[in-house]
Amino acid sequence: MTDIPAKAAASSASSGSALLTLMKLRTFIALIAVLVFFSIAAPNFLSTANLILMSKHVALNAFLAMGMTFVIITGGIDLSVGSIVGLCGMVAGYLVLNGIDLQIGYTVYFNVFEIALITLAVGILIGAVNGLLITRLNVAPFIATLGVLYVARGLALLSSDGRTFPNLVGKPELGTTGFGFLGAGRLLGLPVAIWILIVVALAAAYLAKYTPLGRHIFAVGGNERASRISGVRVNMVKMFVYMFSGFCAAIVGLIISSELMASHPATGESFELNAIAAAVLGGTSMSGGRGTIGGTIVGAFVIGILSDGLVMMGVSSFWQMVIKGLVIIVAVVVDQAQRRLQSRVTLMQMAKAG
Amino acid sequence: MSAAAGRDVILKLEDVSKVYAGTVAVKHANFEVRKGAVNVLVGENGAGKSTLMKIIAGVEQPTAGRILLEGEEVSFSSSGDAVNRGIGMVFQELNLFGNLTVAENIFATREITNRFRKIDRKDQERRAAQFLERLEAGIRPDMLVEDLRIGQQQLVEIAKAVSLDARILIMDEPTSALSAAEVEILFKVIADLKARGVAIVYISHRLEELIRIGDYITVLRDGRITGQEEMKNVDTQWIVRQMIGSDAKDFAKADGHVPGEEIFRAEDICLPRATGGLAVDHVSLSLRAGEILGIYGLMGAGRSELFDCIMGRHGQATGAIFIAGKEVRERDTTRRIRRGLALIPEDRQREGLVSILSVASNLTLASLSRFVRLFHIRGTEEKQAVTQMVRELTIKVADPAQEVSSLSGGNQQKVVIGKALLTGPKVLLMDEPSRGIDVGAKADVFRTMRRLSRDGLGILFATSDLDEVMALSDRIAVMSNGKLTGMFDRAEATEAALVAASALGHGPAPHTETDAHD
Repeated sequence: MTDIPAKAAASSASSGSALLTLMKLRTFIALIAVLVFFSIAAPNFLSTANLILMSKHVALNAFLAMGMTFVIITGGIDLSVGSIVGLCGMVAGYLVLNGIDLQIGYTVYFNVFEIALITLAVGILIGAVNGLLITRLNVAPFIATLGVLYVARGLALLSSDGRTFPNLVGKPELGTTGFGFLGAGRLLGLPVAIWILIVVALAAAYLAKYTPLGRHIFAVGGNERASRISGVRVNMVKMFVYMFSGFCAAIVGLIISSELMASHPATGESFELNAIAAAVLGGTSMSGGRGTIGGTIVGAFVIGILSDGLVMMGVSSFWQMVIKGLVIIVAVVVDQAQRRLQSRVTLMQMAKAG
Repeated sequence: MSAAAGRDVILKLEDVSKVYAGTVAVKHANFEVRKGAVNVLVGENGAGKSTLMKIIAGVEQPTAGRILLEGEEVSFSSSGDAVNRGIGMVFQELNLFGNLTVAENIFATREITNRFRKIDRKDQERRAAQFLERLEAGIRPDMLVEDLRIGQQQLVEIAKAVSLDARILIMDEPTSALSAAEVEILFKVIADLKARGVAIVYISHRLEELIRIGDYITVLRDGRITGQEEMKNVDTQWIVRQMIGSDAKDFAKADGHVPGEEIFRAEDICLPRATGGLAVDHVSLSLRAGEILGIYGLMGAGRSELFDCIMGRHGQATGAIFIAGKEVRERDTTRRIRRGLALIPEDRQREGLVSILSVASNLTLASLSRFVRLFHIRGTEEKQAVTQMVRELTIKVADPAQEVSSLSGGNQQKVVIGKALLTGPKVLLMDEPSRGIDVGAKADVFRTMRRLSRDGLGILFATSDLDEVMALSDRIAVMSNGKLTGMFDRAEATEAALVAASALGHGPAPHTETDAHD
């Protein structure tokens, strides 16, 4: 008696997993579709120079989207990332130009490596503020990060009175030169930003799959109460995801300032929306518990290639927004349809088997 | 009473099947519902009872087969359709809106409005009060549902179904959260409905209850109907035989091992209630290694709250706990688990499982650190532990990578137990470990409890099932109203003494559990 349902379950599981792979490939298919379309429609699209340029654009959104993915998997949301990008860019710019005045007639200047570390720490700190608001003071993630969005943006504007920190080349005698390396430097022919993305993405994907923390992130998003009773430190997990999101945003802030060799306080406005879009496009469920880093990266590429390709084709930016919105909606609708289809196929299998 | 007059069939299911993802829930069922009678439906969990009822109530549509209402073929596309044809249902999961009042819940989607389409709150509350009065529950219609005890919520659900004035009323485990007194009231209401010619379909796991109030019985096993009889022709043995195919109420025999040293002690545990008073009232108890200590008590007696205090889930709890003589000063759940405590919570769905994760991930969720080197989860070791637990607890699953929500209730419960065991506990707290699972899985759970106690674990288990507590415990503690009101050795415990102790302290209390049998 036991082996018949077991067999049925096995056969349905195999067809289910086949569909599951198809589901995972959904974003990939979209990626290939946009690549093929633009390589036909837009001249020079497939040139190496253009591909590298595009991947640099994509990288910025991909960083934010990775942080966002973990946050969304725990069932939260982080609206503050765009502002953290802006503020961290300003922090880096300020440190390159002014150093820290110790008020005793002494000013400390840092080298570029130290500046990068301090900037990342600032990003992580703001993430920690988000996390503390959410875990200790029980503010809803949407509200907490919305508040921090305004505060961080305000601080960024205050830091320079709304002006841009220009010309961040630094002074050799102070040891502050070389800030441009992050944004413009290359290793083995690839931009440094891409290398950083690869490293962070691999680390994040590893974390999600092979560490207890990663497992706990999914568990908290799936059922917070059950996780708590199982001994998962829910508050620590949440702190981590917001701090990681802040860390990713700080990287983006650094890269943008370094690329432009200038820090502008309005940098990163509405970046959070692109990050959410990439995560959702990559299959992250807004209700928590589901999502992958790989999916999110592919999602970021789809969005990035789409907007760059449309620019190359000369499509107006107004139309670009409409198209981007439609793509996101279609992606989620297809996702839902595929889930339904999957369960229906499983049903048929079951009915046939028993 | 007018039994003979009202025995014609009002609803008939012919060759009905229902297929879900993962399971065939109902296979070619033929089922008849008779007027003015209590039509009882029993079966193990996952046997398809609830599905069959949802089909009748229009919540689910059958994959195949037909439904005949008074000889006429019908198909309900929604529960609204069924309600319009006079079919009401009390659902197993409470389908209430916690943020609305009792009256608003009772009249949800059928709001009473005045001429200007405005809801007539007064009239609704007046009429709701009439239904509630019949249930003698002491529930005011203007109370918010979320402020009620689970038992009272269940009564509201029943009042809602009764208020439909249905010809066919389906009750899916209506007594699972009711006290003995509340069950009596419910039975009176059922008798009253029966006399008025209402056909009642009654589902329960509690066989004593079924035999008492049933007129006809239908037994389901694995989605098939295995027996249909008049209640007066059957006995418990017959029902159980139809349910599981063999004779059994298998509590697993005690093996006569002698408990060892004291392994756990709780001293003076107190937990304040949000509404004032104490939910756990100065409870102290001690447990020896290899001992099973049953905690008997009614709903709301404070058993679950006591467990929560022991696990460190309430910051406001006071008192001390000791494991093997050493005080546990850690106040959070994570570190108490590390000290050797593990809880199997009462509510599997909300507190036991992360339903979208796999069986394997759920099993190892509480014990991941065991498989970790530095920060890397060693896959092979984790898999080994999972495979071993699946085998040890006989969890029926084709592939541990399957989502845990695809399992039946009994197997889900085994996953929760396996998760606790993988943490290597010294003391296991089990809150209603057999609630809502089928007879076969129950027997497995009981056998596991025996085995664990033989291996030297101390087990505290809370239950409101007298048979269970009598059969399994080495000692029995009784709780009532947050207090420990009795402590018996198995040899000296009698059912009467337990019941008496479980009713102590229920004076003319905030809840009307007194004077029910006037």
